[in-house]
Amino acid sequence: MIHPIPPGTRDVLPDEMRELRAISESLRDTFEAGGYGEVWTPAVEYEEVLRAGDENAANAGYRMFDEQGRVLALRSDMTIPIARLVATRFGDVSPLRLSYFGHAYRSVEHTSGQQREFLQGGIELIDVPGAAGEVEVIATTLAGLAAVGLARHRLGLGDGALYRTLLDALDVPADSQPGLLTCLATRDLVTLEMRVSELGLASDARDTLVRLPELRGGPEVLDRANGLANDAVDGLRVLYAALEEEGVANQVILDLGLVRELSYYTGAVYEVYDPAVGFSLGGGGRYDDLIGRFGAPRPACGLTLDLQRVHVAQAAEEGLR
Amino acid sequence: MTPDPRPDLTIAVPRGALLGDTLDLLDRLGVDTAEVRGNDRKLLFEDVGIVTMRPSDVPTYVEHGAADIGITGKDVLLEAPDRDVYELLDLGFGRCEMVVAVRAGGDVLGESLRRLGRVRVATKYPLIATRHFSETGRQAEIVTVKGSVELAPLTGLVDGIVDLTATGRTLAENGLEAVEQIVTCTARLVANPVAHKLKAAEIDSLVERIREEGA
Repeated sequence: MIHPIPPGTRDVLPDEMRELRAISESLRDTFEAGGYGEVWTPAVEYEEVLRAGDENAANAGYRMFDEQGRVLALRSDMTIPIARLVATRFGDVSPLRLSYFGHAYRSVEHTSGQQREFLQGGIELIDVPGAAGEVEVIATTLAGLAAVGLARHRLGLGDGALYRTLLDALDVPADSQPGLLTCLATRDLVTLEMRVSELGLASDARDTLVRLPELRGGPEVLDRANGLANDAVDGLRVLYAALEEEGVANQVILDLGLVRELSYYTGAVYEVYDPAVGFSLGGGGRYDDLIGRFGAPRPACGLTLDLQRVHVAQAAEEGLR
Repeated sequence: MTPDPRPDLTIAVPRGALLGDTLDLLDRLGVDTAEVRGNDRKLLFEDVGIVTMRPSDVPTYVEHGAADIGITGKDVLLEAPDRDVYELLDLGFGRCEMVVAVRAGGDVLGESLRRLGRVRVATKYPLIATRHFSETGRQAEIVTVKGSVELAPLTGLVDGIVDLTATGRTLAENGLEAVEQIVTCTARLVANPVAHKLKAAEIDSLVERIREEGA
């Protein structure tokens, strides 16, 4: 008789477990060496807590009632619980470096081959504003992946506010903006171009809005975006220079069209790629307003990795040797 | 002359109605499609970086990175909104209409809605159909079928269908007529999000050449 488990979940047997454990140990050692202490938070949170962090409760897929009738949600994201933890338990420690390893949950299509329960590992850096914080988080993550055995991984770097501020700067009417931002978030550049054309903008403004999401690559990207008087572009320029100084810029792809689906990012956003995996290995960004939703405002940034995808990349890397 | 993208990119090519125009486009870009044209059983053409498949499978292969880029119809993309792929270009060919069609010569839908409170509709595009009837304020029971959808209203299974039509000939031959246009669909170029970053130069060069071709 077969007793099934829900699609998108899995049993892990010893061979796989040893390898997964080795990956998390390599990452944990790197994080620990950087001063990041590991924390655990519950897999279930009050739904209102997740909703305070993100209006869609970070796209939580599973909710239930407790015995008092309060709504619980399985976490779909680690950063909101950590922001809650920081605001309520670490009022007087600054700066603060935390790491975590744990499962998160999201609803997926049954037959899509995607994981409903997925293992995340990552870091959050609190009270280090601006480029200094970004560089530390990016360099620590890249070093962690190298310690795991990856060699071809890259980090995409953009600014979540860039396109929005550009729309304001080009006087795009407020009621047209959400549609354009949705096109960008759903990667539908065909509809984006169509809608931008309908706005009746001057041709250089139109070209800027259509071309910007395609600007990605090395520092030349910033030169091509030079015409844009935009704080976000200036911020990326400063950050890229700092990454060069740190010696990791060669692993960073500037991506002016990069957006992350969660609403709490306030500045730089990141995604991690490896040529062996068709999905991003993880991502993150700066969220200077998030902790303030649970207590005193504190600048922060962080990056999380999907360890099962890192495992796929590692296995492919070993196959190349 | 830009470098040939073939060695660097794997392209998901749709079999069926879009195949001819897709291969013509690839020919103009300098990809050798002779072997694909000459062999309709073989699926994988590694020398030229082409994999062939049903159009509805293209977003899946591209999302997972099994192909870097692909060509498929907008109808397929609308029906698979959760597939995380870049939609880079409207290629213009393969133009079709997604329509509501009923038996010619009567207001079947209106009558069913008035007396029974809902319409029954068969389709291979349940998401598109559900959204269309919801947006037009009509209760609808959507019946998903896999094969010839024209059969469904003729046998009394449903009141009407939502389907893709290029010329309307199949509809007419089965005594059906299009009564509502939902959306015009053309072929689109899609890309895997990771390949879009890691193979930016190759993909941009291809997109630029297709734009120049005025496809």
